[in-house]
Amino acid sequence: MSDEPTTSDPERRPVTPWWAITKGLATVFKQTFRRDNTEQYPKEIVEPPPRAHTGRHRLNRHENGLEKCIGCELCAYACPADAIWVEGEDNDPADPVSPGERHAKDYQINYLRCIMCGLCVEACPTRALTLTSSYEMAFTSREDAIFTKEQLLEPPPPLGTDAVAKEGR
Amino acid sequence: MSAIDWTIMVGKVVIVFAGLLISVMLYIWMERKVIADMQTRAGPMRAGPRGVLITLADGIKLFFKEGITPTNADRPVYQIAPAIAMIPAFLAFAVVPFGAPVYIFGRIVPLQLADLDIGVLWVLAMTSIGVYAVVLAGWSSGSNYPLLGGVRSTAQMISYEVAMSLALVAVIMFSGHLRMSEIVSQQGRVWNVIPQFPAFLLFLICALAEVNRPPFDLAEAETELVAGFHTEYSGIKFALFYLGEYVNTVTICAIAVTLFLGGWRGWWPFDGAWAWLGPVLWFVLKVTAIVYVMILIRGTLPRMRYDRLMNFGWKYLIPLGLFWVLATGAIIVLPDRYGGGFLGRGTIMALGSIIAVFLVMGLVKQALGTRKDEVDA
Repeated sequence: MSDEPTTSDPERRPVTPWWAITKGLATVFKQTFRRDNTEQYPKEIVEPPPRAHTGRHRLNRHENGLEKCIGCELCAYACPADAIWVEGEDNDPADPVSPGERHAKDYQINYLRCIMCGLCVEACPTRALTLTSSYEMAFTSREDAIFTKEQLLEPPPPLGTDAVAKEGR
Repeated sequence: MSAIDWTIMVGKVVIVFAGLLISVMLYIWMERKVIADMQTRAGPMRAGPRGVLITLADGIKLFFKEGITPTNADRPVYQIAPAIAMIPAFLAFAVVPFGAPVYIFGRIVPLQLADLDIGVLWVLAMTSIGVYAVVLAGWSSGSNYPLLGGVRSTAQMISYEVAMSLALVAVIMFSGHLRMSEIVSQQGRVWNVIPQFPAFLLFLICALAEVNRPPFDLAEAETELVAGFHTEYSGIKFALFYLGEYVNTVTICAIAVTLFLGGWRGWWPFDGAWAWLGPVLWFVLKVTAIVYVMILIRGTLPRMRYDRLMNFGWKYLIPLGLFWVLATGAIIVLPDRYGGGFLGRGTIMALGSIIAVFLVMGLVKQALGTRKDEVDA
């Protein structure tokens, strides 16, 4: 009469529907008592791990204050979204901006285009461009979304200070 | 009727209406929170303390949204369908006693809108009218997915109503009353859920299908039909469907409590001025428990396939209902005829007939059961 598939593996033995349903309900009920993982983001800000490169870029400087960027435009070539604009210029030997021959006269990143892929960081030969973990990047106009060289040279503001993110609190 | 009678009557109507609205609000919040808990999420948190006002916020949002009527829609029917969804849902609650009778101005006032002598039939009638909302909305939208959803769920609701009525017939036979208040007072010693457990199970399963809750929510199977019969509805009309659906769920849970779990009966340590509160709280507690089970089922079981749903309804639930009606008849009649008591001839015959009924059920199940070559055909 019974031509059910038989197996010695208890995991694969066929179960009756009622037992399966009861077990399923019990499993789901047990889940109720697990602590949930949700962060109540704008209310409480959980600091990301120290090297979580999940946020906007930063242009770094050498210890003596000179810019690391040499204006080579490799980041702009690497960028798949065409978000980076670099304009190079020769250094004035008397008052150099960066060590070497050239520096970036202008450097802009458009965060409406940027897809945060990090290819620009990989392309950078001098480690001038790195990612930070400042992910609060909400803008109220297109102009605000384009970061200038001066903004990129500054360290990002601490999390929770962004004006637009504050609005949601 | 005097002015006081009228006032009490109107007061009861207002209390039931407002109470249902508030309970729906809290129920939707509870559903979202409980489901979120089961999925280790937090659920709504922003509107009100722990997000309790989320339904209100949703309602206000829907109220201010533009209501779009499709060009192909059959306008009058399209307009009236949401009302048909909501009104019977509220009306069905009218026969549910939600507390023990209380004294107001020297009168005994039953906490029940209308103690109809056909109470159980009224419930069935109202749920049947609710089906019209689905089929009319699906048909009048002038669009394919709503039509499919409407047709599907009409067939589903009508099929499962048969099995649900059979469960109710067993309860009616057992209590000997159609009146809801009598059914409650008859459950003084033992709740119906114990002697009528198969009927309770049957009723619960059919109730899920009847109010289109998962795992029987084929009417609005999002993955297949966009949103089913209310795809083309927006704004306040959609809100009415949504409201009607959840009022229906609360109502059906209240009816399950009344018929099987002893209604407002319970234990209450306090007496005197607050004595009326006890039964009401017990009623609310029991309804919440059933609602929780429904939410748990929603969180666990995947949606059924349409053909399997129909198979299950017609080949298993309806035979089970018929056999259980038979068994209930045996329980009622045989001990009377042939002597009751613990080892009386009639009692043994009744138990024997119940066992026989389930043996026959097993045979029928085998005869109707899906053959190997039919699986996943």
